[in-house]
Amino acid sequence: MDLTLLMYIVPSLIMFGCGVYGFITRKNMIAMLISLELMLNSVDINFVVFNRYLFPAQHEGMFFTLFAIAIAAAETAVAIAIIINVYRLAKNVDINQITKMKF
Amino acid sequence: MESLGNVIMYVIIALTIIVFSVLAVTTKKILRSATYLLFVLLATAAIYFQMDYEFLGATQIAVYAGGIVVLFVFAIMLTHKPGEDAAPLTSNKRILGLTACGLGVILCGVALFGFAKFASKSLPSMDDFTIDKLGQALLSTDKFGYLLPFEAVSVLLLACIIGGVVIARKR
Repeated sequence: MDLTLLMYIVPSLIMFGCGVYGFITRKNMIAMLISLELMLNSVDINFVVFNRYLFPAQHEGMFFTLFAIAIAAAETAVAIAIIINVYRLAKNVDINQITKMKF
Repeated sequence: MESLGNVIMYVIIALTIIVFSVLAVTTKKILRSATYLLFVLLATAAIYFQMDYEFLGATQIAVYAGGIVVLFVFAIMLTHKPGEDAAPLTSNKRILGLTACGLGVILCGVALFGFAKFASKSLPSMDDFTIDKLGQALLSTDKFGYLLPFEAVSVLLLACIIGGVVIARKR
């Protein structure tokens, strides 16, 4: 049995679908951020798998994933700082109760 | 033809990713959700090891599993009132979520299986991608050099540190 490109893309597709579902349905901001991480991670898998299967002589997908991981870490750190600040001001992180910034 | 060990490894990775990513977005406890995210990230690192990108797998484990998940756990602890159980996670707009997720997955799945012939070649061999080649590529200004993005990321991380401190400090 051969391990083909498709067999790695399908779990990544399901991971992305779970991320979309979680991002829409969750109400806690941290849980939404966890869903966002799932989506980012599935995109990283796609970059590496396409690079490895279709262009094994070059490594652009691998470098792109390396930088994407660094940027995802930075983004998560800033997002968590914002969430902690919101918790200090509003005493919860439920998106239905934080409506003061709505106009 | 793949070796049996690789195929078994693949089945474990695929099952882990599918089961735990579904659990991570449906569980009622937020700390469990973070733990399931950790398992998904470790399975992703295993995929990178299977693709022969050892450095990328190590980075995935160090940055994601070691850094981001710990950050999530700290944030969960800091955003709950001490001495109380965490409020269970609730979901709303389930139908909208299921529709968006289902439509997206079906659309991409149809597109993928339309290219199934193109996507069904087995793993090609790759010359050994050693760590010194990676370092040369990261710090060179040639055609396949990544010095500019490397420096841009370092400036971004500095800006991110300052931003995090400014946003989250006590007033």
